[in-house]
Amino acid sequence: METLKKYHQDINITPELMQRIQELISHYPEGRQKSALLPVLHELQDAHDNWLSVDLQNKAAELLNITPIEVYEVVTFYTMFNQKPVGKYMLEFCVTSCCAINKAEDVMDYACEKLGVKPGQVTADGLFSVVGVQCLGACGYAPMLQLGDFYHEHLTKEKVDQLIEDCKADKITLHDK
Amino acid sequence: MGQKILFEKIHIPGIKTYDVYRENGGYASVEKALKMNPDDITEEVKTSGLRGRGGAGFPVGLKWSFIDKKSGNPRHLVCNADESEPGTFKDRYLMEYIPHLLIEGMITSSFALGANLSYIYIRGEYMWVFKTLERAIKEAYAAGWLGKNIKGSGYDLDLHVHCGGGAYICGEETALIESLEGKRGNPRIKPPFPAVKGLWQNPTVVNNVESIATVPWILLNSGEDYAKIGLGRSTGTKLFSVSGHVKKPGVYEIEMGMTVDEFMNSDEYCGGMIDDRPLKGLIPGGSSVPILPQHLIFKTANGEDRLMTYESLADGGFATGSSLGSGGFIVYNDTACIVRNTWNFSRFYHHESCGQCSPCREGTGWMEKILWRIENGQGTEEDIDVLWSIQAKIEGNTICPLGDAAAWPVAAAIRHFRDEFEYHIRFPEKIKKRDHFVNEPFEKVKHLLNTVTI
Repeated sequence: METLKKYHQDINITPELMQRIQELISHYPEGRQKSALLPVLHELQDAHDNWLSVDLQNKAAELLNITPIEVYEVVTFYTMFNQKPVGKYMLEFCVTSCCAINKAEDVMDYACEKLGVKPGQVTADGLFSVVGVQCLGACGYAPMLQLGDFYHEHLTKEKVDQLIEDCKADKITLHDK
Repeated sequence: MGQKILFEKIHIPGIKTYDVYRENGGYASVEKALKMNPDDITEEVKTSGLRGRGGAGFPVGLKWSFIDKKSGNPRHLVCNADESEPGTFKDRYLMEYIPHLLIEGMITSSFALGANLSYIYIRGEYMWVFKTLERAIKEAYAAGWLGKNIKGSGYDLDLHVHCGGGAYICGEETALIESLEGKRGNPRIKPPFPAVKGLWQNPTVVNNVESIATVPWILLNSGEDYAKIGLGRSTGTKLFSVSGHVKKPGVYEIEMGMTVDEFMNSDEYCGGMIDDRPLKGLIPGGSSVPILPQHLIFKTANGEDRLMTYESLADGGFATGSSLGSGGFIVYNDTACIVRNTWNFSRFYHHESCGQCSPCREGTGWMEKILWRIENGQGTEEDIDVLWSIQAKIEGNTICPLGDAAAWPVAAAIRHFRDEFEYHIRFPEKIKKRDHFVNEPFEKVKHLLNTVTI
């Protein structure tokens, strides 16, 4: 029961969100609305604390008139869809290739130590989580991390400190509206 | 300064917006194209010799000519903007700074193919670029370059940008199509090729961002003029994204045919090695292509200058050459640990394997485990041979090229840097003490191996 409570999510489809979903569905021919699944999941996730509960996945199936299993198999395949709660600020450090040779893992370890979490964990206040992810296509500007819609490049420990402070002060824009 | 085609206008302030783009000659190729016979556009692209810039290098015009125009089914153009290859970040630069160039290319190319519904499939991580493109597409609709009866030509085109969900495999064209249909990105068995049965089983062409963004220049100037730029079958210009141990990482447009030496060491481009340390290895075309050791970077095995062309970078096959691939130019200095780096790549390919084919699903994970063991000073002498055997069994035995992409970096690392693997196995105490990505300079490693016998 405890686990079920932990994974509970209030579903809130605002009229604006519904309009956006309808717009995305309209990008595909009639009867091909399943094609809108990935963009719709991104929208639902952004509007629901950056994760997708099973209930929310079922809601996606209902909105697109497809079966829930068609949603589950997609959500479990793509890394950007979070199946459990994450921090309000999810620091996704690239740990591949050029970021790695530029000490990305040291910077990520520093962030973990500062926040008192291990990669994949969420801080007790629910504000931060840290994840190591595969190549984000910013190899010339390494090391880097993704936060919401944006990239933060040429990272140093000082820049990580500043970023964390800005998040705490609610000075960070997560989405490009 | 060489000829610039894609970056010619990229530094104009405000070029991201429709008004500035249009004031600077934007959409002129669409005006020209709409008055042409679509098949003549394909011929012009064929004449240009433009080769696909996503990695495979297949001629773009030839690919277009394969599209099934007789079936009567709707046709589609899909732009592959799922740029996820480690070392490659050039398409992002184009889309972020001059989005209308890609849109212009999508319109001219869609018209040539007779497509009325086209998509740009962009990796989900590039979300701000996705939104930049969305805004630019809205501007193009508002200005009448998209939609019904474009500029009174009778031609209709709808264009949308579609975001992925974070899966490298979706850069493979059939996996991309599956993903665009709202499914897992599992590659399809070919044939049938997308030109016959692609998106929703309709004839479809999938082209890379850089390829499509080149089409406006070809149309405005001519295929013949484009073919005069570059060298031999490597016509035109190419974007290279540079990373690693160089002074000036970034994205550069060069005319094909420049020497690797000039590209690496001139101030205009990479600017030479950071801290002036010796060069140890180079991956010229993204993580999936083989690494070149120092003695094969500036000269081919025949002693000729190595050039920035498809042919010269691949000269001698994988034994002594590599591949131009996607243009992800990764440079390593003498302290870079090749074993650590190869493990890092294997971890990437294991993580990104879709799991459909056993050799790739199991083999990538097996290689990752062995490489991790060697990297951590727990390897055995037979590990290197086992690794060689696994990569050989993956290559060519999977539905899509991800298996090859996972195998080649391992094969090349063993082929050219076997000494370093042996060093890890024979001197575990040294390995355990160091910073993981930094080895002792390679000359010292070789000296140790030559002077110590087990």
